[in-house]
Amino acid sequence: MSGTVSNTFQDDMDTQGKSIPGSTDRSEKRFRFILALCGSLIVLLLLAILVTLLVTALPSIKEFGLFFFIGKVWDATTETFGALPFLVGTLFTSFLALLISIPFSLAISIFLGEYFKEGAISGFLRSAVEILAGIPSVIYGLWGLFLLMPAVRFIEMKIGVAPHGVGILTSSLILSIMIIPFSASLGREVITLVPGDLKEAAYSLGATRFEVIKNIVIPYARSGLTAGILLALGRAIGETMAVTMLIGNSNFLPTGIFSPANTMASVIANEFAEATGVTAASLIYIALVLFFVTMIVNIAGTYVIHKLSIESSKEVS
Amino acid sequence: MTGNHVKRRLAEDIFFKGMVCLFAFISLLPLFLILYYITKNGIAVIDWDFLTSLPRPIGEAGGGVFNAIVGTLMLIILSGVISIPCGIAAGIYLSENKAGKLASGIRLSVVVLQGTPSIVIGIIAYIWIVAPLKTFSALSGGIALSIMMLPVIVKTTEETLKLIPYHLKEASLALGVPYYRTILKVILPSGISGILTGILLSVARITGETAPLLFTAFGNQFMNINIFKPIDSLPYRIFYYAMSPYPEWHSFAWGASFILVVLTLVLNLIARGISVKWKTRF
Repeated sequence: MSGTVSNTFQDDMDTQGKSIPGSTDRSEKRFRFILALCGSLIVLLLLAILVTLLVTALPSIKEFGLFFFIGKVWDATTETFGALPFLVGTLFTSFLALLISIPFSLAISIFLGEYFKEGAISGFLRSAVEILAGIPSVIYGLWGLFLLMPAVRFIEMKIGVAPHGVGILTSSLILSIMIIPFSASLGREVITLVPGDLKEAAYSLGATRFEVIKNIVIPYARSGLTAGILLALGRAIGETMAVTMLIGNSNFLPTGIFSPANTMASVIANEFAEATGVTAASLIYIALVLFFVTMIVNIAGTYVIHKLSIESSKEVS
Repeated sequence: MTGNHVKRRLAEDIFFKGMVCLFAFISLLPLFLILYYITKNGIAVIDWDFLTSLPRPIGEAGGGVFNAIVGTLMLIILSGVISIPCGIAAGIYLSENKAGKLASGIRLSVVVLQGTPSIVIGIIAYIWIVAPLKTFSALSGGIALSIMMLPVIVKTTEETLKLIPYHLKEASLALGVPYYRTILKVILPSGISGILTGILLSVARITGETAPLLFTAFGNQFMNINIFKPIDSLPYRIFYYAMSPYPEWHSFAWGASFILVVLTLVLNLIARGISVKWKTRF
């Protein structure tokens, strides 16, 4: 590695070392300018996204205002648009998914961060979780469609509700599988960061490992675990494809965990391609809300992580 | 009495450990089921014909996903060309300017962009490119995907370059090498493994993205290499086939999924291999 570095370096000095000093100054300025330009481009991109969404959603914002959020009817033929069913659908599916996934992601975090920090089993589990994170959303949807859906339909028939197969429960299940890696990997990191002397002090007082985990590790890692859950929530709210394939696409308020529904993301995926006029503007209005919600959740999660890393660096010094 | 108490606590301890192991391994079950079904159903339909022929209308036997594979590769190249230079430059800027208003603004934007739902980015690309050009196009899909790649590249570049020791830069500057050549010839090559890893991971991330392509690249049954025309892609094809009512197309969806999973897994593996093998140590 270092060999190639010095070689190319030498070559450049040979070929361009003769250049006049003034030109170096100019290229220096140009270089810094390009760096700053590319950086600002990212900020501009974000602002442009925000402005574009706002401007194109304007017809709908003007017409429905804040009533958009409490309107229960979404009907393109009469051009009445209320997003309540989708807000409820998104909140319902993502929180249910979070609830299902927490025991599992917490178990993985504790398993990898406390019980088996290294070794073959933990390496295996860690790479498996990584693979889980890398599988595309549409494949989760496909799998859910042909395996999860019949299973849920079977349960629905047993307990005597309408056997749709698709619906809030099915999408929450697939979502919970998809978000496990996000909270688990962050959880593992913060659990490994718990100082050894704290744990040793507890052990020396006669605490069992379970008591150490319950009373020392979890409370200490609390904020990191929260951040992991927040990031997983952000992911669940914005997830589109798997949910679109499994939620049943019904534009009415969901009535229970078995009922078909639509989330903010899935209604956009379903209807945007054919939408025009106010319908399109209303869908973009939903996108704007989705953008803001995930932005807040993600900034909150990152803020917690940031605070965490500052605290841990303070302790080291 | 005390003996019982201790026994209870020990039992609790063992029970808890058992539960942790149980839950950790139950969560792997879906992964194995997914991989198992993709392999079982996917291998069954994959043959030379499936890889090299175009989709056929329903009723005709055979057909394949060649155009989708080509389309996916084209989309990857397009989005890479757009986002890699800008992402690396922004990453260098961040690692060189740790404080400052612009730097913290960029950092915040990167966080927000990374969390932005892919469907929203799809809408943006639609409004920016598809609506003015009045046609779905590979270009709009590439732009949507490049917006998704950008934050990953910026972040990994910044984090890699941060780890490079300062004395390397000092040594170069002390030799009278101009600042920009120091960055391009000393700092960047030392961090190349980390940057490459980041690029590959971001490519792996966008390879499977479907949502931003729904209203941008759209999908195309025919072969197309014109970036101003709609183009097919593997994830879109999977979605299209999976939602169709025909069992034959369902099996095609599994076949395409197999190719897609292998593609993303290989990208992930190479990325990890690079980060382990090429890691420059200081």
